[in-house]
Amino acid sequence: MKAVEAMLNGSRRDCARLITQVENEHPKAKEILREIYPHTGTAHVVGITGPPGGGKSTLTTRLAEAFRAQNKRVGIVAVDPTSPFTGGAILGDRIRMKSLYEDEGVFIRSMGTRGHLGGLSKTTAGVVQILDAYGCDVIFVETVGVGQSEVEIVQNADTVLMVLVPGLGDDIQAIKAGVMEIGDLFIINKFDLDGAVRAKTEIEMMLATDQRRKAIPLVYPVTASMAGSNRAEGIEAVVEGIIKHRADSVENGQWDARRKAQVRNEILYFLRGELEAILKKELDRWELEKVYQRNQSPRERGEEILRTWIEEGRHGKKD
Amino acid sequence: MRPIRVLVAKPGLDGHDRGAKVIARALRDAGMEVIYTGLRQTPEQIVRAAVDEDVDVVAMSILSGAHNHLLPQVAKGLKAEGVKDVLILGGGVIPDTDIPNLKTQGIEAVFTPGTTMETVVSYIRSNLKRDLRE
Ligand code: B12
Ligand SMILES: Nc1nc2c(ncn2[C@@H]2O[C@H](COP(=O)(O)OP(=O)(O)O)[C@@H](O)[C@H]2O)c(=O)[nH]1
Ligand SMILES: [Mg+2]
Repeated sequence: MKAVEAMLNGSRRDCARLITQVENEHPKAKEILREIYPHTGTAHVVGITGPPGGGKSTLTTRLAEAFRAQNKRVGIVAVDPTSPFTGGAILGDRIRMKSLYEDEGVFIRSMGTRGHLGGLSKTTAGVVQILDAYGCDVIFVETVGVGQSEVEIVQNADTVLMVLVPGLGDDIQAIKAGVMEIGDLFIINKFDLDGAVRAKTEIEMMLATDQRRKAIPLVYPVTASMAGSNRAEGIEAVVEGIIKHRADSVENGQWDARRKAQVRNEILYFLRGELEAILKKELDRWELEKVYQRNQSPRERGEEILRTWIEEGRHGKKD
Repeated sequence: MRPIRVLVAKPGLDGHDRGAKVIARALRDAGMEVIYTGLRQTPEQIVRAAVDEDVDVVAMSILSGAHNHLLPQVAKGLKAEGVKDVLILGGGVIPDTDIPNLKTQGIEAVFTPGTTMETVVSYIRSNLKRDLRE
């Protein structure tokens, strides 16, 4: 495809247009992703998550500046929520990223969630792949913010930064379940605010007593770094943490394991979608009256269907 | 169909951002994806953001009086990048007498104080230069 060639040769505009087609699940998206796939896999994908307003975009900007100073090419994908009522969105992460606007070595793309839950949009992974093929060395993916189930980033990043702020207090307990488990590095952001040191201690204690982390030796030993991202303070520590996490993960095998899991997940996601469509069609062929009448449980009927359909190779009777 | 993507930008050293925010919210409520870049953008920065974000519309709000200078620079910059299918709009405190000149320089429409949001939304919907299915 011409646009893919051009993008691989450095055309910024073609990169942007390909992203649009992938984001919109355009009929060409499949071909685009197939063609670029062999050119992906070199970028270090860094997920940035944490409560809304916690300073994720500001931190991302400071980190991008630091990686640019090392002459790395940087991609940024910033996801903001789409309104479920109108389908519209205000994508405002760029407001914090002004210092990067004129740098040729930075590509910033804003995305709306477009109804997808999980903290990213449905096509974020594909967009990251394009930036990877485009030649970005580091790609930051800023999620919508931590909610109840916004843990998808862990399936899409090599390193996940959990950005926390002082004064979260009980909220830390609340987001602890599930969400806290996905951080590889914990950042106490806004370190200039009151209560920062206490917050750091709390997080450190919490991580020290986390049974799950102890039980899985491959999980990276978490460091609670300090970063007042407005003042570039502590940014160096975070940059070092990111680089170290990569080196350590490669060494202890987690890097590979995670990437393989990502690939499997992507295939599984696809298969699930396709199979669901097949299953729906198949189910239409089966008599369900007994279940409607509550004379048989859905589970029992499901088992019958599975047995007849999968094991005996016979379809339902309606036809 | 995909949502319309709009870059709402404030060129120059102009701190009046109420209008830009009103427009951003109205377009969002009309189902568009609005990329808001905040205050004090150079024309080069606006062009770069429009390219990377691959927007359908560049909507600039300016109340400082520097419109004759800044808005055409953005239009020129986009052209230089080979972007020919983006709708370029301006708005804010802009004297009627300046509008024809802006139009010849690539600003397709200019909206001054008192403009209703319905006007802006329907103008955008019916003047897009890209097919939303493409
Ligand atoms: C509120 C205001 C302020 C506030 C701004 C608060 C803020 N955060 O926005 C404050 C007090 C800070 C302020 C300061 C100044 N202001 Co003042 N301000 C105004 C005032 C009274 C109203 C502007 C406003 O918010 N209107 C409400 C919004 C919703 O309307 P709007 O922006 O016009 O947007 C509408 C349309 O124009 C259109 N639109 C606007 N943008 C866009 C973009 C697109 C793409 C589209 C489609 C439509 C569109 O749609 C909107 C809805 O109808 C105007 C006078 C006036 N009547 O316009 C002066 C005015 C803009 N200010 C003026 C001046 C001179 C200043 C100062 C320089 C004063 C000084 N000497 O200190 C400073 C400069 C500040 C700065 N840093 O730039 C002058 C500008 C003169 C000029 N252009 O030649 C004006 C015109 C007053 C005057 N008559 O002299 N100001
Ligand atoms: N005090 C303080 N404020 C910060 C810091 N970093 C970001 N902020 C402010 O926090 C607000 C939200 O920042 P933003 O980066 O948009 O957060 P996001 O929603 O997580 O992306 C903005 O007003 C920032 O200026 C910091 O280190 N200290
Ligand atoms: Mg943000």
